[in-house]
Amino acid sequence: MNAEKRKTILLLIPIVIVLTGYVLYPSFETMLESFRQEGIFTFQNYIDFFGPKAHANLEALWNSVYISVLSVLFSALIGVPLAFIFNRYDFPGRSFFSGVAIMPIVLPSLVGVMAFMFLYGEAGLVPNMIKDLFGLEEVPFTLGGVSGILLVHAYTMYPYFYMTVSSALNNVDSSLEEAAANLGSNRLGVFWKVTFPLLTPALVAASLLVFMVSMASFSAPFLLAGGYRVLSLQIYFSKINGNLEMAATQSVILSVVSISFLLFMRWFQNRKDYRMGTKGLGAHRSEVSHPLIKWTMVTIGIIAMIILLLPHATLAILSLVPEGSWTWQTYPTAFNLENFRLLFEDPNIWDPVRNSLFMAFVACLGCFIFGMITSYALVKRKFIGKNLLDILVMIPWALPATVVGMNLILAFNQPSPFSFGKVLVGTYWILPLAYFVRFIPLVVRSTNAVLEQMDDSIEEAAQNLGAKWLYTFRRVVLPIIMPGVLSGTLLAFVQAVGEFPTSVLLYTIDNRPISIEIMNQLRMFNLGQAAAYGMIQVGLIAIVMFVSYKFFGVKSENTL
Amino acid sequence: MSSVNLSNITKKFGDFTAVKELDLIINEGEFFTFLGPSGCGKTTTLRIIAGFYYPSKGKVKFNDRDMTTVSPEKRNTGMVFQNYALFPHMTVFENVAFGLKVRKTKKPEIKRRVEDVLEKVYLKQFIDRQVSQLSGGQQQRVALARALVIEPDILLLDEPLSNLDARLRDEMRNEILRLQREYGITTVYVTHDQVEALSMSDRIAVFNAGKCQQIGSPTEIYNQPVNDFVAEFIGETNLFDVELESDEPEKLRFFNSSLDTNIYVDNTPKQIAACQENDQLRMSIRPEAIDVKKTVSENENTIQGKVKMVQFTGEAVHTFIELNENITLKATDLNRGPSTYLNEGEEVYVRLPSEQIRIVPKVKR
Ligand SMILES: Nc1ncnc2c1ncn2[C@@H]1O[C@H](COP(=O)(O)OP(=O)(O)O)[C@@H](O)[C@H]1O
Ligand SMILES: [Mg+2]
Repeated sequence: MNAEKRKTILLLIPIVIVLTGYVLYPSFETMLESFRQEGIFTFQNYIDFFGPKAHANLEALWNSVYISVLSVLFSALIGVPLAFIFNRYDFPGRSFFSGVAIMPIVLPSLVGVMAFMFLYGEAGLVPNMIKDLFGLEEVPFTLGGVSGILLVHAYTMYPYFYMTVSSALNNVDSSLEEAAANLGSNRLGVFWKVTFPLLTPALVAASLLVFMVSMASFSAPFLLAGGYRVLSLQIYFSKINGNLEMAATQSVILSVVSISFLLFMRWFQNRKDYRMGTKGLGAHRSEVSHPLIKWTMVTIGIIAMIILLLPHATLAILSLVPEGSWTWQTYPTAFNLENFRLLFEDPNIWDPVRNSLFMAFVACLGCFIFGMITSYALVKRKFIGKNLLDILVMIPWALPATVVGMNLILAFNQPSPFSFGKVLVGTYWILPLAYFVRFIPLVVRSTNAVLEQMDDSIEEAAQNLGAKWLYTFRRVVLPIIMPGVLSGTLLAFVQAVGEFPTSVLLYTIDNRPISIEIMNQLRMFNLGQAAAYGMIQVGLIAIVMFVSYKFFGVKSENTL
Repeated sequence: MSSVNLSNITKKFGDFTAVKELDLIINEGEFFTFLGPSGCGKTTTLRIIAGFYYPSKGKVKFNDRDMTTVSPEKRNTGMVFQNYALFPHMTVFENVAFGLKVRKTKKPEIKRRVEDVLEKVYLKQFIDRQVSQLSGGQQQRVALARALVIEPDILLLDEPLSNLDARLRDEMRNEILRLQREYGITTVYVTHDQVEALSMSDRIAVFNAGKCQQIGSPTEIYNQPVNDFVAEFIGETNLFDVELESDEPEKLRFFNSSLDTNIYVDNTPKQIAACQENDQLRMSIRPEAIDVKKTVSENENTIQGKVKMVQFTGEAVHTFIELNENITLKATDLNRGPSTYLNEGEEVYVRLPSEQIRIVPKVKR
């Protein structure tokens, strides 16, 4: 008993230190800052936030909520029907189309937004093409403002609905529906009375997820809507304007919203839901036999595929446009591999890629080790305050990236014991630290999933055969959970490479990552190079996802 | 090889007492079984021996060594888990070799011993298989081999056969016994299956609700249960309440009020379990001991009844006889052909032989 307790405590010490130092303490510093004005304790910041003086803040909060609700709605309207069509009907090309349907997830948000700008923005290719095709005087439409944000959100977030509903549909025992039909229910009745209630947990989970992600959305309002006022962006502007106290206050308010959602989601998922013990033998799909309907579906599938892949294609094409060859012309005129060649020849171009790869690697190494230990402690050890630790670990996942960035700024713009008495802000290491903090939950979650599958008796068997704890951990536990740890880490790597909001708050000249360089290139109207950087990110992500699917059997839906 | 000595073991989980004041000595080389319904504390006791739990009270000794708080990896026990707990990422060889590797055995020696033990469990040809590619019975044997190869002082088996189908279970039962005899290892076997317990064990401990009810050889447990729980749990029996009427040195007279009959029982320790003054008494008689006749006889303990149902199981015939609306007896006979079967509704006379009755106290709840 005592030896067991000692081991648990030994495990917990580093976990608690890291979480306290890099999650709790920064949040606490932000909280303190929000109650300060010119060094004096005051509620003034909150009064300013909610008061009539700066209604910009309240408006931003309102906009955030309103955009998030609409994003949930639109994502559901696209994702749920798609899930139904692809999982319940069989028609030519079905499995191919359903693979294409999740392609938006390989676009990091900044890159996705950039592609939408190229396509539908003010000088967008699509509006101009329509104008030229139909000989119009003016472009028929351009994308911007709220509608722009919503379109990007719907495009990038509907996969959450698509994937959760698909997997829920596959788990619905089709004999239930058959039983209802057998009892005399018609098709619509079966849907409303049987299928829909069984899907509710998936729908709620996806809605919460999309809501949280839209609340945190940064790139879309930042680039596409010319700084449209949403809370995550307001934090950035307050910080740029040097008003750290207001930035802190806004962060606290956004944190409260996000953490409430985290707690609500935990509660919802821990609730006993009425999933069946028996799994269906996979939903059986009805074959669409009527030729007209069949070919209509195929046509719709092809059109949808074109729309879905247009951003990817645009990036690929524009990445071939060399600098200075596309200025006043409506369409690019020259294509070559210049941008990719420069990558290897111009250190200025190569540096961001190297920075991104290196920083993501360091952060993920940290996540790998820390996530593994934390997950093990959470799943396999008993101790008081486990629930609290569990919540603490998930907080960086729930907090918007902007808030994580702000917290780190406010904690490490002064010497602290957790930074070994150094000021970290403005140094190289603040960004890897931010990536590390932000992506711990990904590794913990995916490791938890495998560890929960591993029976306790496996460890006991090793111990019974004479193995000490460390030996057991190395030789038995680690090999078993490795797929989970690795897939979490790879996902963290993917996200770290694409990470924009914390990067834009924390980067320096020395460590500017790809995302920042994309922004710089866009500012200089060097669209080709920006697209080339985007392609590099997409390529990395595609490779990592492919590897983790091929070698660790990680399905993309588990990565959400 | 070791003997195991548990003295006054109590194990609490929070407020809940899973094992209460257990005293037990398992001799060297013995096949000892913990038998009891699910949740009665068998696994808990086994895990106390293995070292996964430390008792809240009491002492665990192997031979004369106090092992109460020694950690599991230092006990040299070999445990076979209910779900086998094979290492899924290892081959059969690696699984079996694990314990030897931990003991820093030389490579050639490991190879020799693993091959040896796999030969014994008839798995030599599967040595390089991944364990997930084996059938349930084969996995079971890998688990057994893995525990045996380290030459443990004590072999611990926790319901090792409960995940196998009936035929395989029979086969593995003999297999385990054969290996235990071959290695001569002190073995503790946990099961809730009485047939398994009776047919395999040297001695059995019957558990109920955290308390050990009786320790004895299979025949003792079956023929001389100490209380109505043991009588009912082991095998089938007919139980009803009786009161002591007269106390003569040779024969005791009991009375059942529902039947309004006297029942005579030989006054020997074989027939009468140890009882306290104010215990409620019950009589137990096994179905195979009951004598059913179509004609009346003047023997003692004979009661009239009516055949309610006849159940044919192949080798045996069960006859359910209603004595009154509250009491139905079950009588079992070997199958001796259709001419001997009774018909439903037939009037019969049942005799409860006085040398086959066991009087037991009722367990206090
Ligand atoms: N680790 C534990 N924590 C709390 N209660 C336990 C634990 N292990 C067993 N118990 C309880 O102790 C009782 C005996 O369990 P166990 O020894 O596993 O029974 P069995 O005889 O079926 O093997 C059960 O009621 C069980 O719920
Ligand atoms: Mg058990």
